[in-house]
Amino acid sequence: MKAAVIVFPGSNCDRDIAIALEQSMGKPPAMVWHRDSELPKVDLIAVPGGFSYGDYLRCGAMAAHSPIMREVKRAAEKGTRILGICNGFQVITEAGLLDGVLMRNKDLRFICKDVHLRVEDAKSPFTAGYKKDEVIRVPIAHAEGNFFTDEDTLKRIEDKGMVAFRYATPEGDVTQDANPNGSLNNIAGIFNDKRTVLGMMPHPERLSDPTLGGTDGRKMFDGLVEALS
Amino acid sequence: MNHQAKKITAEDVKTHGLSESEYAKILEIMGREPNLVELGIFSVMWSEHCSYKSSKKWLKTLPTTAPWVICGPGENAGVIDIGDGLAAIFKMESHNHPSFIEPYQGAATGVGGILRDVFTMGARPIANMNALRFGSPDHPKTRHLVSGVVSGIGGYGNCVGVPTVGGEVNFHPSYNGNILVNAMTVGLADQDKIFYSAAAGAGNSVVYVGSKTGRDGIHGATMASAEFGADSEEKRPTVQVGDPFTEKLLIEACMELMATDAIQSIQDMGAAGLTSSSFEMASKGGMGVEIDLDKVPQREENMTAYEMMLSESQERMLIILKPGKEDLARKIFEKWELDFAVIGTLTTTGRMVLKHHGEVVGDLPIDPLAQASPEYDRPWVKTEVDPVVKAGDVKDIDWRHALRNLMGCPDIASRRWIWEQYDHMVMADTAQRPGGDAAVVRIHDTDRALAISTDCTPRYVKADPFEGGKQAVAETWRNITAVGGRPLAITDNLNFGNPTKPPIMGQIVEAIRGIGEACKALDYPVISGNVSLYNETDGKPILPTPAIGGVGVLDDIDRMTTVAFKNAGDVVILVGQADDAEGWLGQSLYLRELLSREDGAPPPVDLAHERRVGDFVRGLMHMGMITACHDLSDGGLAVGLAEMALAGNLGCLLQDPGTPRHSRLFGEDQGRYVLTVKAADADTVLAEAGTLNVPAKMLGVTGGRDIVLADGTSVEIAELRQLHEGWFPTYMSGKS
Repeated sequence: MKAAVIVFPGSNCDRDIAIALEQSMGKPPAMVWHRDSELPKVDLIAVPGGFSYGDYLRCGAMAAHSPIMREVKRAAEKGTRILGICNGFQVITEAGLLDGVLMRNKDLRFICKDVHLRVEDAKSPFTAGYKKDEVIRVPIAHAEGNFFTDEDTLKRIEDKGMVAFRYATPEGDVTQDANPNGSLNNIAGIFNDKRTVLGMMPHPERLSDPTLGGTDGRKMFDGLVEALS
Repeated sequence: MNHQAKKITAEDVKTHGLSESEYAKILEIMGREPNLVELGIFSVMWSEHCSYKSSKKWLKTLPTTAPWVICGPGENAGVIDIGDGLAAIFKMESHNHPSFIEPYQGAATGVGGILRDVFTMGARPIANMNALRFGSPDHPKTRHLVSGVVSGIGGYGNCVGVPTVGGEVNFHPSYNGNILVNAMTVGLADQDKIFYSAAAGAGNSVVYVGSKTGRDGIHGATMASAEFGADSEEKRPTVQVGDPFTEKLLIEACMELMATDAIQSIQDMGAAGLTSSSFEMASKGGMGVEIDLDKVPQREENMTAYEMMLSESQERMLIILKPGKEDLARKIFEKWELDFAVIGTLTTTGRMVLKHHGEVVGDLPIDPLAQASPEYDRPWVKTEVDPVVKAGDVKDIDWRHALRNLMGCPDIASRRWIWEQYDHMVMADTAQRPGGDAAVVRIHDTDRALAISTDCTPRYVKADPFEGGKQAVAETWRNITAVGGRPLAITDNLNFGNPTKPPIMGQIVEAIRGIGEACKALDYPVISGNVSLYNETDGKPILPTPAIGGVGVLDDIDRMTTVAFKNAGDVVILVGQADDAEGWLGQSLYLRELLSREDGAPPPVDLAHERRVGDFVRGLMHMGMITACHDLSDGGLAVGLAEMALAGNLGCLLQDPGTPRHSRLFGEDQGRYVLTVKAADADTVLAEAGTLNVPAKMLGVTGGRDIVLADGTSVEIAELRQLHEGWFPTYMSGKS
């Protein structure tokens, strides 16, 4: 598998995702600067967490219109897998690659903590490392992760099985108490309808190393490498 | 207003915070009357904040050297050797007054400022910490201040992408009108890539990079050097506004430039902005400097020379470039879309010459101004220490009631509500998250780590500044030890009231003496620091608060220890408690929270004991003997055990703790740790302690869902958790 990581000036999880990818791929991903207008030929493009252009406007709204995002959209149309994490999720959603929007967390505060996710679909390359209904523990760190969309879109997302992960209890129950940010239907990550694009608020790259307290995130990258090599 | 032509009045001198004798000195140095620009420069350079005029005499007594100290106080931050050619660079700094006036921006720019102090020396920031003090929870402003400060710290740190990994928080009515916001940054650099601020090379370009200069923060340093009155909120315009995105760009651009061979010296523009940075760089290098203010990137129109020199606009740096490196540097800053301007040159005149619109608007001698910087030996009186409180004179309250009460009291309750608002995991090296004894951050790409802790127990310092000063240092040392670290050095952030009052000056003198004594005994020097005085409102001082930030190294991150009880059946051992003495209840939280008493002498710190016990604990960790470790501090043994039980969700069954029981359970004797070891190792550990003359005593075993005493009385962990976790969210929601 070949991968690229998009770097905006305010990205701050670009190194973290690059390390997690390298750990699974055995070689480092290409780092692509936001003003570049060409992408290397890759199987996976990761849009990392951070604050793209400061996000003083709506999160990801400016980044969605950057030169490199035109290329990312073009690659997505051709079926290149796109993974947006946290701010990356906000960016690719603003760019129209995914349905819905990410609003301020329900209690209006930034939240950084481990959450449990129930894997809703293990058929995509992103989730190939997991089993359906498996519960994994990974952290969130965001102020705007409250997934929202209109009723029709939500129905379509659910009917087509586009939900990748839901916030759940450690036992796998999807409850309001397990929902850290107010997301509709506890949605923590969604696919596009072809399952070639995944956006998720939680950070699998932050729990991919036993020294940091967990390795549930690593299975995502191992699964991707296996599926895309 | 034409600042140059205006004649200086007595009123001008006063509003610039200068005394008559200081003004007389200015006249002598200048050989003429200064203009307003020059007066402004003297004012900030001689402010308490920049000159340390009241504390310098005493700060000089602190130990600042050790074989591993690369750079002690005097630079932007201190530097220590942490092995493998790497250096840790760190400092703690206060942003108290701005945070009280405008909590979000005050706290945010406090973080921004301390980050710049660290990366200006070539270090990539890898961890932020903070030490916060707020007024009584009942005070109508406290919630607003807590909420603003926490979101300001988070808003800045989260965006720049440096994890905020820990800190401390106290509440006390003495901070009602004057909160403390002390922020610390730790960075990592290659030892051969450390940058200093002494300017050299006549003709070299003086370069301004970062944000544009606006009218914000003019006279911040002077404000930070005066008491607050009822009108303090009118000072809001002097609070700067932070832009963490620009700071992030500035970090990356500076790191990129530092990787080349272009920088001769560099300094951030902190308090007193362009004035102090240019002045200090020239002064340290024995150079002169000529600045053309027309070249300064400006955010607003028609800015005067006075405004530009005194603005504290954030996210700016001053760089002296090596000859011919201008284009290379400019390209890097343009890539990061930051302002870059050559605003002047170094000269050999020894003078600072400022030009604006083609005219000289300021011309001051650098050395005489720096050397004449006032140093006061202010009169002081020693604090009279209360007699020792005897346990027999303290009411013995049912331990279960006392423990429940303490676990949910504002000074002990879980700080989760705060640290969940900080991104404490970004950079993917946080090995020990907030909530433990010390934060542990892996040194990237290695199996080693840094342990970091900030501590101070202001009520001890108030009761006995000397012992309190010792205790603050010893507690960071102990916390670093408790996670398995080798403590190496500290930064000190000395927050006190008005030094012109002899009792306050006495607190400063004695606390510094205590800090120095502890540093010497523990081989734990001070490598950087900051002094914040005049923390008073309407004449009421804060509790003396010398916050200490300690840094240590873990040579093997796999040996890191945490507070959580791990396995049922482990043996619980108390280390460091002499068996014959009763527990120390004077100044304890038991006394304050349950009996509303704030009296007595605080627990003394026996530094030889401290070192012996700590070295013993660390030794056991290196042998892999310890399954959990927690130092004992606020709330004593009972609270320490409860915290270990909560972290591991596992109870313990305890033997009789001895008599008088309340003093044994809640006394705050220093130099103690609770350990757990596998049952099979217990005898070895106790025997080893005996050999090394370290008091150690088996307390019980882990297991169950309760904390149970030998007499069968018990408290459920689940109940304690509710009280411990519940206080902060309930309080902040306004329901308590």
